[in-house]
Amino acid sequence: MNENQNPAAIEMRDVSVGAMRDTSFTVVEDVNWTVAPGEFWVLAGQQHSGKSDFLKMTAGLMAPVKGSYKLFGNETQTFGEAELPSRLRLGFVFEGGQLFNRLTLGENVALPLQYRHNLTAAAAAQEVESLLDLMELAPLADVTPANVAADWLQRAALARALVLKPEVLLLDNPFSGLGARHLQWSLRFLDRLWRGHEWLGGKPVTMVMTTDDLSRLAGWRDEARRFALLKDKRFTALGSWSRVETSNDPVVKELLAVPLAATM
Amino acid sequence: MRGNPAKAFELTNTQVFRRAALPKSYTDLLGRKLFLLLLTIQGLGAFALITLGVMLKKTGVARNVMGPRIRQEIARAGVALMPMFMFVAFALGFLVIGQTVSALARVGATDYLGSTMVIVVVRELGPLLAAVLVLARVGTAHVIELGTARAMGEVEALEALGIDPVHYLIVPRVWGMMAGIFSLTVYLIIGALASGYLWAFLQDVPLTPGDYFKQLTEALGWLDFALLALKTVAFGFFIAIVACYHGLAQPLRLEEVSRVAVRAVTQGVVVCLLIDALFIVLYLVA
Repeated sequence: MNENQNPAAIEMRDVSVGAMRDTSFTVVEDVNWTVAPGEFWVLAGQQHSGKSDFLKMTAGLMAPVKGSYKLFGNETQTFGEAELPSRLRLGFVFEGGQLFNRLTLGENVALPLQYRHNLTAAAAAQEVESLLDLMELAPLADVTPANVAADWLQRAALARALVLKPEVLLLDNPFSGLGARHLQWSLRFLDRLWRGHEWLGGKPVTMVMTTDDLSRLAGWRDEARRFALLKDKRFTALGSWSRVETSNDPVVKELLAVPLAATM
Repeated sequence: MRGNPAKAFELTNTQVFRRAALPKSYTDLLGRKLFLLLLTIQGLGAFALITLGVMLKKTGVARNVMGPRIRQEIARAGVALMPMFMFVAFALGFLVIGQTVSALARVGATDYLGSTMVIVVVRELGPLLAAVLVLARVGTAHVIELGTARAMGEVEALEALGIDPVHYLIVPRVWGMMAGIFSLTVYLIIGALASGYLWAFLQDVPLTPGDYFKQLTEALGWLDFALLALKTVAFGFFIAIVACYHGLAQPLRLEEVSRVAVRAVTQGVVVCLLIDALFIVLYLVA
């Protein structure tokens, strides 16, 4: 098969990643990783293990320190104007949302659409109405982020990343700090996105997310999801959930919140 | 340069120098200061060129987003400051013009009134005062807003959404400052000249409004109008660049924002004085 006909969504060869704040400090080294279209990857790691920096590099917010990174088959470092079409095929959800504080939640969600398609504020608001309804954000559309609970900010950030209908969704620790209700909603919603949500025309979304708490993902036991571990600057593909559960790695056990006595 | 323009000016070396131990001698100190100055000039120059490039290249891009943002910034750096400038115009008229008119009348030199007013108010005091006041009121707000936005990750979020931060955050502020300083300078000059005569009139200076107006119009040439427009637009552009550079171009922690705001004001004043000196040379040559 011609490689360019159906290229991997993400392909990394010997990639090393620097810290966002100081790229001279390497946080992850020598990553060889391929994400095929339609796959769902979970990157687990302890706090400060470099998950966010790794994901930001994947999103093109910084260049890899070394190695080859291909997005949809195109060699990518950071995104300039020429790479904008590739960037818009990729959505990114920051940990905590990182919404624009001067805009309301509705304006936050509408901004990418408004900017990209040169819509008026009223036209953009109309366009995102169905998305806000779908994500139960409509009652909060006119509220600024400072006046909204963190659970809803995370959901608004997800809506903002989805508004341009990306093919690949990168989520940085999306379940961090979520209450039980929002966690269940998010687990179900991401699962539907991955399998093909009607709002996206039924097209499956390739997903990559990071987490520092695997115990919250226990509902995702099917074999299709792939798990990887970031530990000591190394990227290790673990495989499916059953491999995660049976792993003897103390860090994996810690991330699964296995009771301390059971690990001894 | 490919992508991520906001990160192009991060002065890692500058930070290294600032964190270094105290110098052992005055020559070390001088060398460090000179090096920092050169790095700042380099950073500001690069930022100005990139902003100018984005302004030219992306004219008309996302007009429905940028139009309201530019109008908002013009209102902020212009319209919102009009009450304050009205007070300043009256104060300037009283402090400078009223006294000058009165003094010239006492020595019988009212013939020089027009040219004195044009040099003092139209060419120098009006534009400079307007620029410094806008810098203090709006420039500091820009540094704090952009510094906070960057520290809170909003700039990163714009990049992730494929929105150029220079286009979305900087360009409206530059247009706002340029239009604001130009308009407020004209407003300030007219207000100061009018109130100056009022103060002189109250001091029984023997000068009719007609004579006063005639002297002013005779002293004003087309070059004054052209250079006034150029000078105020230059003030607006560079003040916005200095403020936005300090807010956006360097990664800040929240606690650093206020300190950087003070530095931006100081550098903004210095830039204004340098531009002013350049225009004095232009006036003299022309």
